[in-house]
Amino acid sequence: MATPSSAEHRRPARTLHRFANPGQFLRLSGKITPWLFWIGGLVTVCSLSWGLFFAPDDWQQGDTVRIMYVHVPFAWLASAGYFALAVCSFSSLIWRHPLADLAAVEIGPVGAGFTAVCLATGSLWGKPTWGAWWVWDARLTSVFVLLLLYLGHIALVRAFDDPTRGYRAGAILALVGVINLPIIKFSVEWWNTLHQPASIGLTGAPTIAASMLWPLLGSAIGFTLLFAAITITRTQAAVMEQRIRSLLMAKASSMSGEESVS
Amino acid sequence: MTHLPYIVAAYALAIGLPLAFSIEALVRVRSAKRRLQAIDVRRDRGRV
Repeated sequence: MATPSSAEHRRPARTLHRFANPGQFLRLSGKITPWLFWIGGLVTVCSLSWGLFFAPDDWQQGDTVRIMYVHVPFAWLASAGYFALAVCSFSSLIWRHPLADLAAVEIGPVGAGFTAVCLATGSLWGKPTWGAWWVWDARLTSVFVLLLLYLGHIALVRAFDDPTRGYRAGAILALVGVINLPIIKFSVEWWNTLHQPASIGLTGAPTIAASMLWPLLGSAIGFTLLFAAITITRTQAAVMEQRIRSLLMAKASSMSGEESVS
Repeated sequence: MTHLPYIVAAYALAIGLPLAFSIEALVRVRSAKRRLQAIDVRRDRGRV
């Protein structure tokens, strides 16, 4: 019976490391990101127009329900972005993936921005619906904690003179903060909250009318593509900026070497 | 629409933030690409 050679055994690992190569990443992402921007933008504009002008009012909330088409995708992406940050942190700590640190640093501000908009749009929805801009209920508080985790990560990765130490500290914070994601998800079930429970789940049928569900899913897909396009483009810039820094440092050290010889 | 200001403010935030991040990211990439082309000797060698 033929046994696979050692080269064949190494193939999956080699394939994975091919994408860890910054040059390969720049080539691949350069092709993908324009498509992500255009398709994401188009899907978002169509879905938001559908939600704003053609989807029906809610029988109880009236036209304020239209805020759902922006609030819910931002809430999903706030959590999904943090999960991506945690995956990058895990890859950085375990496999020393060369792009993982840079990607984690670039996801942080985008995730924080999306979380802030999630809280702001929730507040704009809460005032006419609940009569209050803010209540300290479990869902709102846990999302506010998520924003603080993002801000903590942004501060921590930039707090050290040696960037590697900052990346390590940020990665540990990101992994510890993952505990907040199930708390956000199940907060409306574990505690008695003013925030409504989920209308869409992975296991059960959605409790939302199809005429509202489709524009909501469309805007979620559109914003997700835009989130991906933004973070990949920022990571591209970070890879190039790192290369610039190393080239300038090499140039400076060679010049100082020449001066000391002369 | 009785709650138009709330809806307009929410949509403005939701469109404005990704737009601002997208423009910032694209400008940053373009600037980094230009600086890299100016100092990367290996690229110049490749062209010649």
